[in-house]
Amino acid sequence: MTAQTTAPVVQARRSGTVGQLAGPRVKATKVAANLVLLVIALLFVLPMAWVLVASFDASATLSFGLPDAVTTANFSAIMTPELTWLPLWNAFVLSAGSGAITVVVAVLAAYPLSRYRMRFGKYFLYSVLFGTCLPITAIMVPVYALFVQLNLLDSLPGTIFFMAATSLPMAIWMTKNFMDSVPISLEEAAWTEGASAMQALRRVVLPLMRPGIAVVFIFVFVQAWGNFFVPFVLLLSPEKQPAAVSIFAFFGQYGSVAYGQLAAYSLLYAAPVLGLYVLVTRISGSAFALAGAVKG
Amino acid sequence: MALTSRGAARVVPLAPAVVLLALFMLGPVVWSFYGSFTNASLTGPAALNPEWIGLDNYAALIGDPDFPKSLWLTVVFVFLSAVVGQNVMGIMLAGLLRSAVKPVRSIASTVVVAAWVLPEIVAAFAAYAFFHSEGTLNTMLGGLGITGPDWLYSTPMLAVIIANIWRGTAFSMMVYSAALAEVPPELTEAAQLDGANGMQRLAWVTLPVIRRSISTNLMLTTLQTLSVFTLIYVMTGGGPGTDSSTLPILAYQEAFKFAQVGYGTAIATVMIIVGAVFSVIYIRALRPEVD
Repeated sequence: MTAQTTAPVVQARRSGTVGQLAGPRVKATKVAANLVLLVIALLFVLPMAWVLVASFDASATLSFGLPDAVTTANFSAIMTPELTWLPLWNAFVLSAGSGAITVVVAVLAAYPLSRYRMRFGKYFLYSVLFGTCLPITAIMVPVYALFVQLNLLDSLPGTIFFMAATSLPMAIWMTKNFMDSVPISLEEAAWTEGASAMQALRRVVLPLMRPGIAVVFIFVFVQAWGNFFVPFVLLLSPEKQPAAVSIFAFFGQYGSVAYGQLAAYSLLYAAPVLGLYVLVTRISGSAFALAGAVKG
Repeated sequence: MALTSRGAARVVPLAPAVVLLALFMLGPVVWSFYGSFTNASLTGPAALNPEWIGLDNYAALIGDPDFPKSLWLTVVFVFLSAVVGQNVMGIMLAGLLRSAVKPVRSIASTVVVAAWVLPEIVAAFAAYAFFHSEGTLNTMLGGLGITGPDWLYSTPMLAVIIANIWRGTAFSMMVYSAALAEVPPELTEAAQLDGANGMQRLAWVTLPVIRRSISTNLMLTTLQTLSVFTLIYVMTGGGPGTDSSTLPILAYQEAFKFAQVGYGTAIATVMIIVGAVFSVIYIRALRPEVD
């Protein structure tokens, strides 16, 4: 605030026009900045606008263009159980399952890391940080081989646990940071009343960090929902595959003709993620809440 | 090391995390190193009982013209789209957002973040349609009287690099927005009174103050871009030929299309090592925050 109020004063004094809010040069730079931003925004929005417009276009092409006839036929064409609802349900099971497992395991792990001074705690956190950096694409070939050995290939639970494990490092990191901000004095009160550490965690700490838990869960959910490569490699039967994989198969089969349907399917599949992102910004009060999160 | 019972009780909650990470993260990494020394494959006798073949896979890697090419394409992709593209765009956008009026600021940041929040396969479809020979880009060029080339075929690397900048800039923008908000306004004001122009203030005042954010962000965007698979796979399939096959695409194709798991694992091991080197540098840069 101080910068915004002092700068015009300096400028006004220098240009000698007291009373005018900003000098002409500052005004010109501001106009230029706004214009450049609008141009960049336009360039960024174009590829996405195609998805939106094509999904309502009766004769959609690959190019952005206003439709001659607006229709919802593309949506009704794809809304069949095997094409849309089952893959979306699978995606939900994968995402909610790995989200739930990740949150529970991360909260358990974060508690000792946040509350006790442990000799190896630091090394554990280093390994966790190292895990957040590991490129998951790099380990998919060995993971496939591991799944063959463990007989977990084409298994939904196996894939859920794997996805939970890959999002665990970032989740532990985030959860520990949220937990660090819960004052320890409240637990001490619970301890003096004879509560165990786990009881204190459940009754005192968790209720106080509900927004943090929600952010971690949504973060894992969104990542799993959008993940294409992991289920693409680990799940083989079409009836188990999530939307990300079935939409790719749809693209391979009909993508070259039914652009409108492909776009409608993409929109339907992307909508929950966009909604959840808005929810996270509401919960945490910042539009850039997930900035600390590494995308898969 | 003898743990007291209290110490043991304290580490018990860590157990599920340790088991999951050991099985699904450490396990594959160890297997990757081991498997790259075998002739493991998806079918045939080698699928059941892989044999130890020493450094043969690595020798084959060096002898295979596709591998150095793929390594080079990966370096080009990471350097141009992450190190240069996303970081320069990100810091530029963060700076512009600060001097924009509120409606413009929220429109621009929402649009840029939306490209990043979209599921990767949808983003990849959108980029594919944009760069297709009959796509939005060529329609716009056509409006200007220019016949655009088939971007995905004639300049596949350019198309995927621009697509990755589009997709990933939001992350750098958010990191740099937070960093710029921490720069004390007195510093830039003092420089301004001393007669420094905008570029000079950026180079001599702002950038040195936020250098830690820059190094952290460089590492993160590098690692993220190193593992980009879906965007390239959907847009070009690594082609034409192997003209846009970065290491993740090459590893996938060798392991699953040509069933050479051992060979694909050797490529994966190279990627893990590259990622590990970057991670160590990144963690060293972050060290004071862990302690």
